[in-house]
Amino acid sequence: MSNWVEACDADEVEEEDVIRFDHAGRTFAIYRSPDDEYFATDGLCTHEHVHLADGLVMDGIIECPKHNGRFNYKSGAAKGAPVCVNLKTYPVKLDAGKVFIEIG
Amino acid sequence: MTRAASKRDYSLVGRDAEAAVANGLAAAEWYHTEIPRKEMKALMQRSDGPALRDTAIWLGAIILSAAGGVWFWGTWWCVPFFFVYGVLYGSSTDSRWHECGHGTAFKTRGMNEAVYQLASFMIMRNPVTWRWSHTRHHTDTIIVGRDPEIAVMRPPDLARVVLNFFGLLDAWHAMIDMVRNAAGNIGAEEKTFIPEQERPRAIRIARIWLTIYVATIAVAASLGAILPLMLIGLPRLYGAWHMVMCGLLQHGGLADNVTDHRLNSRTVLMNPISRFVYWNMNYHIEHHMFPMVPYHALPKLHEMIKHDLPAPSPSIRAGYREMIPAFLRQLRNEDYFLKRELPPTAKPYRADLHDEIAVAAA
Repeated sequence: MSNWVEACDADEVEEEDVIRFDHAGRTFAIYRSPDDEYFATDGLCTHEHVHLADGLVMDGIIECPKHNGRFNYKSGAAKGAPVCVNLKTYPVKLDAGKVFIEIG
Repeated sequence: MTRAASKRDYSLVGRDAEAAVANGLAAAEWYHTEIPRKEMKALMQRSDGPALRDTAIWLGAIILSAAGGVWFWGTWWCVPFFFVYGVLYGSSTDSRWHECGHGTAFKTRGMNEAVYQLASFMIMRNPVTWRWSHTRHHTDTIIVGRDPEIAVMRPPDLARVVLNFFGLLDAWHAMIDMVRNAAGNIGAEEKTFIPEQERPRAIRIARIWLTIYVATIAVAASLGAILPLMLIGLPRLYGAWHMVMCGLLQHGGLADNVTDHRLNSRTVLMNPISRFVYWNMNYHIEHHMFPMVPYHALPKLHEMIKHDLPAPSPSIRAGYREMIPAFLRQLRNEDYFLKRELPPTAKPYRADLHDEIAVAAA
């Protein structure tokens, strides 16, 4: 059964940036691409317990602020050392200027 | 100088490694100064320009100094050229390895990787092993039993410190590690921080490097001259002094087993030549707090957060004037360290750590 959760206002996320969203004891990262598309992943780096929302978004990649681990935020794919495990991604939809993510 | 047995176990697979995990010091959450997201984003922005400029100067100086050294070989005129070449080869490669390893020096990843590989070879650090050891250094900075890059352990081995100004022990160990890795052997401590899938690369690179060193020695032997080794290998010894001079200041004499970089790292104001060689790593608290900020943005970061940091050491000399007495005192009491005072504008050190620290530093 789908479980869509309102994460934030669409304009809370700047272009090519990320914000943190906490819900029910879990933490997520919400991204906005330069093409004005929205994406969502788990909020913590798979390498260590670090919030990705403090990292750098650049060219479709989120870089972890602690060790520069890189992920494709659209697919969740880990892009090399020191990250070896992919990020979990979540479906996203926009409705009435709000960003919703499906957290299952 | 007699060195007392240490209460600390610096092995990555020993007693203090287990204690650090049990005490929550491993992979802990660290203090950082609050910076608005917009300003942090601006500081983190990547650019090729500054590093391209600096790398062009760096490579040009390496080539010119090497050419001068070769041209004047056999006369005293070669000495200043090899002095410069040595510092560029045996010291500045430490900071190039470091910044490009973080992937922040250039925007273009291929440029970071190319300089990283070149600098790793010159500084004699296996690029796979040291990428992962440095990752651990940032996770567990100066946490005993966790950090593989603690330059001066307690009580300080001052003979080792002095020998490393000439690269003697570090280069010797690097050679042993290279031969061991080339033989296919990844050590027990290395296995604690290098993931299994990365180990074959570490072995492959060690074999390539070993081939280069054997070839250089063979050329030197066939020529009956040391000159090839003055260009490859030996500069890691005769040019290491600047790297060690700056590197010791990073954490020397400061606290261990804390989770606030203001307590265990030191920012030192330096002359522009040393800052070029060191690529601004003198802003070391700032770098550890925000490792995503490129070297060329660290002075700006320093200005933004200095209200929350201990005052920087005003010079290299001033840094040594506080660090050397601390080392000497640690010979008698290894729990002693320098506790740096925060300005009134700073957020205080974490109270739970602060109390213990005040006792130990007294």
